[in-house]
Amino acid sequence: MPQVYFDHASTTPISSVALESFIEQSKLVGNPSSLHSYGRLARKKVEESRETLANLIGCHSSEIIFTSSGTEANNLAIKGIFWHRLKEDPKRKLILISSFEHHAVLDPALWLAESGQAEILMIDVNKDGYIDLEQMESVIKDRHEEIALISVMHSNNEVGTIQPIKEIAKLAEVYQIPLHSDAVQSLGKVRLSFKDLALFAMTVSAHKVGGPVGVAALVLKKGVDITPLLHGGGQERDIRSGTINAAGIASFVSATATAMRDMESNYQKIFALRAKLIATIQGQISDVRLNSPLEGEILPGIANIEFPSTESDSMLLLFDAEGIACSTGSACSAGVQEASHVLLAMGRSEAQARSSLRFSLGISNSESEIEYLEACIKRVIDRARAAYRG
Amino acid sequence: MKLIAAMSGGVDSAVAAARAKEAGHEVIGVHLALSKNPKKYRSGARGCCTIEDSHDARRAADVIGIPFYIWDMSDEFHENVVENFLAEYAAGNTPNPCLRCNEKIKFAAVLDRAKAMGFDGVVTGHYAQTRDIDGQRLLYRAVDSGKDQSYVLAVLNQEQINGAHFPLGDTTKDNVRIEAKSRGLSVALKPDSHDICFVPSGDNAGWLRERLGSQVGDIVDEAGNKLGEHNGAYTFTIGQRRGLALSVPEKTGEPRYVLKVEPVNNRVVVGVKADLAIHEVSGLSPIWCGPKPSGQKSGFIQVRAHGSAHSCKYFLDESGPLPELKAIVDQPIYGLATGQAMVIYDGDRVVGSATITGTK
Repeated sequence: MPQVYFDHASTTPISSVALESFIEQSKLVGNPSSLHSYGRLARKKVEESRETLANLIGCHSSEIIFTSSGTEANNLAIKGIFWHRLKEDPKRKLILISSFEHHAVLDPALWLAESGQAEILMIDVNKDGYIDLEQMESVIKDRHEEIALISVMHSNNEVGTIQPIKEIAKLAEVYQIPLHSDAVQSLGKVRLSFKDLALFAMTVSAHKVGGPVGVAALVLKKGVDITPLLHGGGQERDIRSGTINAAGIASFVSATATAMRDMESNYQKIFALRAKLIATIQGQISDVRLNSPLEGEILPGIANIEFPSTESDSMLLLFDAEGIACSTGSACSAGVQEASHVLLAMGRSEAQARSSLRFSLGISNSESEIEYLEACIKRVIDRARAAYRG
Repeated sequence: MKLIAAMSGGVDSAVAAARAKEAGHEVIGVHLALSKNPKKYRSGARGCCTIEDSHDARRAADVIGIPFYIWDMSDEFHENVVENFLAEYAAGNTPNPCLRCNEKIKFAAVLDRAKAMGFDGVVTGHYAQTRDIDGQRLLYRAVDSGKDQSYVLAVLNQEQINGAHFPLGDTTKDNVRIEAKSRGLSVALKPDSHDICFVPSGDNAGWLRERLGSQVGDIVDEAGNKLGEHNGAYTFTIGQRRGLALSVPEKTGEPRYVLKVEPVNNRVVVGVKADLAIHEVSGLSPIWCGPKPSGQKSGFIQVRAHGSAHSCKYFLDESGPLPELKAIVDQPIYGLATGQAMVIYDGDRVVGSATITGTK
């Protein structure tokens, strides 16, 4: 049975360059913070990588704080900036986020609110998956003195829409409000420049771009001092402590460099595959509805599709049994499927959200895999419909 | 065959899944999430609804080498098992939720879903056996009489039995644990669950009081004399001796038992053991786990999950508006509550069952 991986937005295979780089660097001994020759050699690799990454994503190398995950970087951004801003002015208690942020942004913000420290205001998104700029503008205008920070994702991980970050940055700039953007899904797939977007902070992660799991970065404007989450050796700008992951960083940056070098051609290829995938599914199952826009400001590889009168977990099981991997919204810690908050925020009903699947494509996918899906999908959907509990 | 193995995270369902796979079936492990918020129903290590249990089930599936998923059955479970449990207690009956779970969830909602998705049946770790005789699949007691669970499966109709697979029925629990260990399953020594899985503390009366509210009423003798008070008739079960806290002792000094629970006037009637003696048991709308019996037969009746079997004569009385299963016991049974299941056996074979609606 063929094995088809349509879940690249969850994690994508490590590229051969990144793997090689990881293995090479792992062979070397030396803590980048040590002062001897071993340490200096490791540090050299880290700093070269930092400079390369800075060039790739349009920031200064000193603006990069390496972390262990995108979640850590997002937590550091939300909590760290919030606490710092609140310390400067006790009026600043409001956090503005979009209503369909990734849980790694949503949950730290909710935690701050639930623990009584902050107030959250979620800006609506429309049915196509784009943030309501007018609402954002009016909230900023009315409550700018209270706003601690704004965080809006660069692109949405479930539907693939790219948000108008530049416009939001202009609105934030008027009142010097820090803007953070979770750009984890965008890195290596679409143009991404910290400087051009005029951001205050930005999150990027290795394993969505062909690097290893366990390394990411928060890009944070120079000269800004935010409250750390982890206290210890202060290795990363005194903001993030923990032994620097030299192999992970080297590999992360190799992967990013490769992805950005091939970005144009990869975009074309993956976007064409996505179009074929959507057309194939529509051809086989006539009543599907697209949750992702067909074209426009979108990532090349994410197609979120509703299959009416199904449950996403039955479809996932049945596709998995055919060797096809795709994904549903998130699940709780015990593994119970929940209706996607992203689709609910986009105005879908609970039932619609529960009958939607995300297919996310990457460079390793091929047309023949879509043809294989074409051969199985009717059987899968028929059975999922028979099992539907409505 | 293509089978769904219902995996609770315990040792029995893990070994059952492993055996089904080893027998050459294509097996997929499924853990049933019975609560939207898994900590809501149980916080300890035992039961079926904790994060730890779903983790244990997943690890067992990994070791066995089968795919694993979580199925959200929380709505079905709440509606058919938890709500039913509350309603039955409120009506003065004593329900068995494990029976309802088998009837409505494991071998209904899960089996239906499995079949719709192209599977042939459901494997569980229940201790019971099925045998195909003359083209009909029949339900039998397990070899391990101490663990036999045929009682809680006696609510399955023929179609449900046809889709059910019980690979552990021929093995003792001790040997299942030994087998689990040799298969490298980390749940080999996990303690058994005993309590009702959705009552976190094991405090049944407290759980009911929390949901049905405290309702002070009288505890009376058969003549209607008040002997004490209670916090809610629904927390009492016929045959119960403990927790009565009566201030007036019985003249003979004999212990007193609950004889009747009267939810309408919120009364609990107590008396001595002799008053509990029951000679005839009846239940409406029986379910047959095989051929429907005709005429009066000799067999055994069991009225509790791990109770003993009492020899009896049983027959189907079809003279009333609803068919009624009746059993006349050779020796009296003591302390029998309506709402419990009466299960009829022919030797080791399960003939059928009904929910007890009347006793004499």
